[in-house]
Amino acid sequence: MSQVNERQSASERRAAREAHLIASEKARDLSRELKINDFHGGVHPPENKHQSTGEPIGSIPLAEDLIVPLNQHIGGTAIPLVKLGDMVLKGQKIAEADGLVSCPVHAPSSGKVVAIEPMAVPHPSGMVADCIQIRTDGRDEWCALTPLADYANRDIDDVLEKIRDCGIAGMGGAGFPTAVKLNPRGGAEIDTLIINGTECEPYITADDMLMREHASEIIGGVEILAHLLDQPERVLIGIEDNKPEAIEAMKKAAEGTRFHVVTFPTKYPSGGEKQLIEILTGREVPNEGLPANVGIVCQNVGTARAVFRAVTLGEPLISRITTVVGESLQRQRNIDVPLGTPIRHVLEQHGLDRKTLQRIIIGGPMMGYTIEDLSAPVVKTTNCILAPSKQELPAPPPAQACIRCGLCAEACPASLLPQQLYWYARAEDREKLQAYNLFDCIECGACSYVCPSSIPLVQYYRAAKGDIREARQEKEKADRARERFEYRKLRLEKAEQEKEAKRLARKKAAEEARKKREQEANSPEAQAAKQESDVVAAALARVKAKQATPEQQLARAQRTLTSAEHRVERMQKKLADAEEAQKPPLEAQLKTAELKLQEARDRLAEAEKQAAAADKTPEQKTVESSAEPSITEDKLTVAGASSSAAGAAIERAKAAAAARASMNPEEKLAQEIDALKKRVEKAEARLTKARNEDDPNTGAFETALEKMQGKLQEKLAQQSQSGSQD
Amino acid sequence: MEWLSEVSTPLLILGGMALVFGALLGFAAVRFRVEGDPIVEQIDALLPQTQCGQCGHPGCRPYAEAIANGEAINRCPPGGQATINELANLLDVEPTPLDAEHGIEDVKKVAFIREAECIGCTKCIQACPVDAIVGAAKQMHTVIVDECTGCDLCVEPCPVDCIDMVPLETSLQEWRPNKPSDGVQLIASDRPELHTDDRSAA
Amino acid sequence: MSLMRITSPHAHSGQSTAKVMLQVAAATVPGVLALVVFFGPGVLVNIALCVATALACEAAVMKLRDRPVGFYLKDYSALVTALLLGIALPPYCPWWIPVIGSVSAILLAKQLYGGMGYNPFNPAMVGYVVLLISFPVEMTRWVAPAELIQGTPALGETFALIFGNMNVDGFTRATPLEIVRHNQSTILAQLYEMEPMFNKGSIAGLGWEMANFGFLLGGLFLLFRRLITWHAPVAMLVTLTALSVVFYDGGSSLSEGSPLLHLFSGATMLGAFFIVTDPVSGCTSNKGRLIFGAGVGLLVFVIRAWGAYPDAVAFAVLLMNFAAPFIDNYTLPRTYGHKAARKATDLEEQ
Repeated sequence: MSQVNERQSASERRAAREAHLIASEKARDLSRELKINDFHGGVHPPENKHQSTGEPIGSIPLAEDLIVPLNQHIGGTAIPLVKLGDMVLKGQKIAEADGLVSCPVHAPSSGKVVAIEPMAVPHPSGMVADCIQIRTDGRDEWCALTPLADYANRDIDDVLEKIRDCGIAGMGGAGFPTAVKLNPRGGAEIDTLIINGTECEPYITADDMLMREHASEIIGGVEILAHLLDQPERVLIGIEDNKPEAIEAMKKAAEGTRFHVVTFPTKYPSGGEKQLIEILTGREVPNEGLPANVGIVCQNVGTARAVFRAVTLGEPLISRITTVVGESLQRQRNIDVPLGTPIRHVLEQHGLDRKTLQRIIIGGPMMGYTIEDLSAPVVKTTNCILAPSKQELPAPPPAQACIRCGLCAEACPASLLPQQLYWYARAEDREKLQAYNLFDCIECGACSYVCPSSIPLVQYYRAAKGDIREARQEKEKADRARERFEYRKLRLEKAEQEKEAKRLARKKAAEEARKKREQEANSPEAQAAKQESDVVAAALARVKAKQATPEQQLARAQRTLTSAEHRVERMQKKLADAEEAQKPPLEAQLKTAELKLQEARDRLAEAEKQAAAADKTPEQKTVESSAEPSITEDKLTVAGASSSAAGAAIERAKAAAAARASMNPEEKLAQEIDALKKRVEKAEARLTKARNEDDPNTGAFETALEKMQGKLQEKLAQQSQSGSQD
Repeated sequence: MEWLSEVSTPLLILGGMALVFGALLGFAAVRFRVEGDPIVEQIDALLPQTQCGQCGHPGCRPYAEAIANGEAINRCPPGGQATINELANLLDVEPTPLDAEHGIEDVKKVAFIREAECIGCTKCIQACPVDAIVGAAKQMHTVIVDECTGCDLCVEPCPVDCIDMVPLETSLQEWRPNKPSDGVQLIASDRPELHTDDRSAA
Repeated sequence: MSLMRITSPHAHSGQSTAKVMLQVAAATVPGVLALVVFFGPGVLVNIALCVATALACEAAVMKLRDRPVGFYLKDYSALVTALLLGIALPPYCPWWIPVIGSVSAILLAKQLYGGMGYNPFNPAMVGYVVLLISFPVEMTRWVAPAELIQGTPALGETFALIFGNMNVDGFTRATPLEIVRHNQSTILAQLYEMEPMFNKGSIAGLGWEMANFGFLLGGLFLLFRRLITWHAPVAMLVTLTALSVVFYDGGSSLSEGSPLLHLFSGATMLGAFFIVTDPVSGCTSNKGRLIFGAGVGLLVFVIRAWGAYPDAVAFAVLLMNFAAPFIDNYTLPRTYGHKAARKATDLEEQ
């Protein structure tokens, strides 16, 4: 009932706006004849759309486990809001967006959170990513939804926030967070809103079926989008002419609105954002720019529907329409599937024949990627699961040499020269690749499709792009490292100079002081210094004790030895197998390995000795560790792998302590007093400030000041005492 | 005596020309001198700036200076063969394989401090050439991963051996497919990027 | 179960180099048929010798380079090269002419540069020019059409001409281009009436016009199959026509020949549709192809009219092969979203 009301009020609003627009000058633009443009290149692969349009959109039983990746789009990974064991309801937000370009994630069904850990996700790398696994309880119980009633009278930011909060990301392909796209930065004026119902990829019919069955919801979404963009002059819904039913449904739904349903000839990749913009407006998105730069925002029909449901029903994006197609399946159709449903579950529900299966493609045959792990889930951007048989999409034949036939250049929708890019990608000539505008490649695959030599051109471009990006990052990092290194050098030099100056001054002062008193052995100071060195040594000892008992050290030494032995063996074998030319570096490596082996043997011997000693005198050991530092040190020298380093560290610490000890005690005392005085002053200042501001901590400040003053008095007394001793 | 004049005229002409052109060239060399990027800067720009000292110099710039003075270009393991090739290209010399004496090419690594074991001795902070370790005396230290060049210099000074060099993992966002291997792989399934279980059937 | 992991696209048009090459080979059939009908089976022997030698050379090089022989032979690029060379050679030339030509084409012009796709010059034309320069006598003796000499050599004679030492002079006559070229005193209309070569033919010399017509048909087939683009052939033919119109001189005794003669005699159509369209050694962009074709047309006319050689397609193509990378550099298409096209050597903008 509420939905009906919503629709009614929406239509009322629409009528009001329409009246307004017709009255305005903008209406004249609408009646302007639309000219369909062509774009350069393109191919006509077999459409293969009929297989999955025979049935209406279906659904499948809920999977037992839903795996919801925290990152299903371009941008930052969401931060989980739930804990293991939490019960969640359908539609409940389970992870919050992190940063502006990010999306929250919602539970696709009710159940219990059973895992939050890296799991297989649909990604060409086959890598794992953080996911929340929900064990469904079968009740499919919704949480309370909060629709944004009467969005037209709400602040635009509120509506955008709602869209963002519902986790809506572009459902056409890349999955860019929709709220960000609807909020163009830099004050670009948007005069055209394009709704992309092109769906040019073979096999995929998700948008087609969506338009056939839910045209009114899409139009409702378009209304919201147009509202959010301040009613652009033109709202164009672009559909390829191979979807007559969808066109009819959309035209019918768009009746009485100012939205134009525009059809144009089928050609791949007319559904690419840049290509569609060229087709419908004749404008080109500038190099390195966005559609907003030419006053255009482009949204997918699926996104429009999701926006409609989010705003009018408060429903977050937790399910989508996905085409399940391919000759390896008994049943081919479109389904409305909860996000997070494992792809294996989807395929099993459609009668997957594993014998004929050879690869699973997520997306279409032109731009989709293969996955190996079928436990990966359906995500916001999964528009198609393609399970072709071996005959349907045979494995590519081996690549032959490029014969420069130029078919690729004719097919390229970006007017690039794919073969030149191919040569330079092979040669890894990054400068030339950029000169030939590699980064304008949209990876549509048209060039590889037509290549008579079956060269995997797109893979070359993807690799080259990644390579150049990586090189850029590395260069940036190297520059930063250089800067930091140079700054550090400067700082060290300065510190050295200061130290030198101080040392000279101190030396002078010390000499003068020494003249005053010929003989002095200030025992309390020396003691203090020694204590300090004890502290470091004790800390080391504690860590050592925690890190490794003699037994552990022995085991560790043995492990090191075995691995070193293995390494030497391996190296020897490799050396024996190696070709003549490779020998010198291998020999050098072998030598280092042998050295390491020797070292490991020595360490083992030491460790054994130590272990034996430890066995004999367990009590003594405990005594030793807490006893004088010299003993600790001895123990450490023979300890384990790192003992020599530790010994050196202790030596250095001792030296420092000794140096401090040899410092004129009187001078040191004076220094301390100075420091204390400063601190007292600071504390006083703070206290006054605290008093002025009526700080609740005033009491604490007072006590601290008192303490400090007491200490200062004590030191002063000490000084006068030692002065009198002179 | 005739031959003398026969010889002397061309000689004089040629000699005169040599003088004039020599003077012209000399003048041009002084007058139109191109102030190029000093070679050390260019070399330094190619080095990976790990400041690791594996080349035997205290940092990348000193090594750049050494290369400019004729040292071998194959002593930079972090840069690897790619850097050697670039240097060879810049200096117009033959690229040589990496000198194994200075280390071997390895995957990218960054330092990682096992924080529970750190005693706060600041030794690693002092050793780090790019100030990529934060911490204070007797406080736990940690590595700023983004700034760490993986030079390895902090590992040795650590008295408690709590620093590991861990390989830098590629994230999902940074992942990219490999460049297809050159040459012909006759059977599609032989290609390294493919693997199917039913090769016998194929 | 492990699945295949490959990057997109997963679909392929089904076009392959081998298919392209075979269709190019098939497209030569009408022209070759015309040659056989008018000049006898000599051309078939040429083709057979060329193909055998070329395939043997290709196989030997692949063996030496440790590559799979069958895989590379199956791209049929050597076959097409040999076929075009065999067609271009004078019929009934001694057997070593096609052999040396094929060896030069495959070894010198193709494999020494790295094999298919890497050769900067058209291999067939390199082979042809090597022969033309080295053996001008053998290369400039064309047999006359059968009608003019009471029948082409019989089978026995054919083998005696090719493998024995029988002299071909008894069967040869000047080619139409040579006749017009050496004509000093007669106006063209008279020449056409006098010369049996012309009065028995209709527009550009008996036999020759039909062979050219055959290759034109083949070319149209290639265009129809979208295996070549129209740019280079049309540019070449238009340039050639325009120049011959300008220098036609009303058909005086000093005329350089009528446009029809230039279009339908010599190797014009073979060159326009089978040689100039060679993708490897030509230009890559359509604009570049226009310039490339026009350049070939210009050079063909210049050499025919004022050069020392009677026909000029081979030289013209090779000279333009030199210029192809340069043309490519200046004819980059404008990339989507960029303001203007640039030169490839302009790296500054990046």
